[in-house]
Amino acid sequence: MGKVILSVDDSASIRQMVKFTLTKEGYEVIEASDGADALSKISGKKIDMVVTDLNMPNMDGITLIKELRKQAAFKFIPIIMLTTESQDSKKQEGKSAGATGWIVKPFKPEQLLGVVKKVLG
Amino acid sequence: MSADIHKQAFVTEAGELLEDLEQSLMELENTPDDSDLVAKVFRAMHTIKGSGSMFGFDNLAAFVHGIETAYDLVREGKLAVTQEMIENSLKSCDVIKEMVADESLDSSCGEPLELKSFFASLHGGTPQDAPASVSVDTEKTSAGKTLTTYRIQFKPYEDIFSRGVNVQLLLNELMELGECRIVAHPERIPYLEELESEKCYVNWDIILSTDKGENAIRDVFIFVEDDCDITITPVAFYDGSEVENHERIGDILVEKGDISRAELENILSEKKRLGEFLVEKGVVPSSAVAAALEEQLHIKNMKETKAKKAEAESMTSIRVQSDKLDFLVDLVGELVTVQARLSQTAARKNEPELLKIAEDVERLVWDLRDNTMSIRMLPIGSTFSKFNRLVRDLSHSLGKKIELVTEGAETELDKTVIEKLNDPLVHLIRNSIDHGLEMPEERKASGKKETGTITLSARHSGDSVLIQITDNGRGIDPEKVRKKAIEKGLIAEGVELTAKEACDLILAPGFSTAEAVSNISGRGVGMDVVKKNIESLKGTLDISSEKGKGTVISLKLPLTLAIIDGLLIRVADQFFIIPLAVVEECIELTPKDVANSHGRSIIQVRGDIVPYIKLRELFGIKGNVPEIQQIVVTEIDGRRVGFVTDAVIGDHQTVIKSLGKIFKEVHGVSGATILGDGSVALIIDAVKIYHGIE
Repeated sequence: MGKVILSVDDSASIRQMVKFTLTKEGYEVIEASDGADALSKISGKKIDMVVTDLNMPNMDGITLIKELRKQAAFKFIPIIMLTTESQDSKKQEGKSAGATGWIVKPFKPEQLLGVVKKVLG
Repeated sequence: MSADIHKQAFVTEAGELLEDLEQSLMELENTPDDSDLVAKVFRAMHTIKGSGSMFGFDNLAAFVHGIETAYDLVREGKLAVTQEMIENSLKSCDVIKEMVADESLDSSCGEPLELKSFFASLHGGTPQDAPASVSVDTEKTSAGKTLTTYRIQFKPYEDIFSRGVNVQLLLNELMELGECRIVAHPERIPYLEELESEKCYVNWDIILSTDKGENAIRDVFIFVEDDCDITITPVAFYDGSEVENHERIGDILVEKGDISRAELENILSEKKRLGEFLVEKGVVPSSAVAAALEEQLHIKNMKETKAKKAEAESMTSIRVQSDKLDFLVDLVGELVTVQARLSQTAARKNEPELLKIAEDVERLVWDLRDNTMSIRMLPIGSTFSKFNRLVRDLSHSLGKKIELVTEGAETELDKTVIEKLNDPLVHLIRNSIDHGLEMPEERKASGKKETGTITLSARHSGDSVLIQITDNGRGIDPEKVRKKAIEKGLIAEGVELTAKEACDLILAPGFSTAEAVSNISGRGVGMDVVKKNIESLKGTLDISSEKGKGTVISLKLPLTLAIIDGLLIRVADQFFIIPLAVVEECIELTPKDVANSHGRSIIQVRGDIVPYIKLRELFGIKGNVPEIQQIVVTEIDGRRVGFVTDAVIGDHQTVIKSLGKIFKEVHGVSGATILGDGSVALIIDAVKIYHGIE
């Protein structure tokens, strides 16, 4: 069984790209379109890693990270946030919310894979 | 090709976003204070910019950047929505539509430029493009190619785990950069009652020699740089110069600030091994000394390796007949046996003087053994390089495009093993070329690169060498295997196969799935013969495959055939050896377990049912059965099988003696060895016994 990665992004094309890239490397990808959607999709599942966008409707990425870190099963798993270069303050905010690392948009599939391998092994 | 899929997805998505965006803008025109609408508009712009730049719409991203910034200001309440702004935003939507349809359009003139200037004026900027981005995270500045040794002091803060950081992975990543030694400092770990299991109390000193430069090391820690204290100091270069002289352990400790120069001088005046002394006095913890010692050793080793490399060019070699070597190995084998007897006798007599001699002899014999074995070791690379030609010729004659990649050519293996490995490898590679990899057109059709890849890799894993032949071809189709197996009468009709079982079936005698017999492979005499060959080398063969993605064939071989690690067991007064390579664990067999299984030879091990074989019955050994027997659980062909014995004695360096031709027909025993007290123990061939009983 491959490791399971939760991809949270309101942009369907980014989700598709994340899924395509990670599935090809043997990971299993669960997709969610925003924070609230993500929280509703994880119950009872074992997730090994989360890749989340920050700017999303309903529940943004920072809130999602905080919510996830409250749950025992998500306390120590790697969470990667996707940011744009103009959001340096967001990066700090995300880190203090408990994000493990970040990827700056735009990014290439190889960069995504590099970061996933780095934090998930 | 995959990029096109993503581009297409983006175009579709952008279309939907633009529709929503226009709708929101028109609503916003009526209720300019609605913050939800503003957020929606901002997000749409943000997504179009972000996703656009991901999929190559750079001009588009540059154009949208200014609009996004303006709406960000509105969102923060620093700017009010105006009629003109809405008007221009709607015009921008049209421009965006055109740019999505034709990514080569740019925004440097005409209406787009006017719109850009308008939005730029809103946030007081110039109509510049989005800042050129942005691959800071993966940027690698190669600081020349000189080998440098760094001392990395890595002290994570206690709460580092709460951000999902896995320190082990960081250390692993460092180890990939080069020759590396890691010393942990456990002093800060509190007593159990005060210990909080979610906190990190350990810090590490890492000595790393790499030619990748300091930035590569910093990159490893990029996500944690704010959550730890980290110091990276270059301590030695290998172009002849050194930063400072770090040969002495005291100097290293002083420079790292573990101890002051004065303290050091003071202590040095008394004579003793400095390291021991420092610890004794409680000046530094023992791990600090250990770290310094490691560093000293590391630099010394690096220098030696460097010197050796230089030497290697001028090194002379002599050719020796290989049977002389074989004889030497035999003698060393005998010596190991005699040494075991000596140690045993010395232990029994318990004379200090004799014990001392026995220990010295033991040490010397081990060194002698390792040295002798290493003489017979050859790098596998020479065998690998032969296959380049094979792959080239075969791929030409079949019209396939194939690239052969070899890894770990420097891995060393016993000469005999390498010689016997050639034929099986040829066969396996032929199989991969013929059955595994598809024709270029077929590959193209399934979205793969036209050129297929076969990777031949070798690496050490424990006391064995793992050789893998990996192809990215069509993989094994369990359904096809099933049909064929039914046709050949290997399995009954209606039997379902898992992917793993299908792979195993391919290894069965008389099996071949190639539709036509080609002159390359496919006569069905292949895989079972290969498997036998590998097993005769005390190795294992394993196939795993995913349909459509490729096949991995793994060969696991012992480093040498002359001496193996074995588990010594006893049944009544007979001793046996089970090769440690197949042993998984040892468990007890109590009368209760026997009663529970109602006469069947099975036992539950943590929920799994494991069948067992009684060696006493198998070999017809008489005598009383002890109340509690032991089961040695082994893994054979992916299944767990237990062997019941009276007692497990322990691990044993087993010098393998063949039993001679007379006993060739004896099944279940692959050889014998001589124990320390001179008695003989038979080496159990667990695989054969299992197959025989099955």
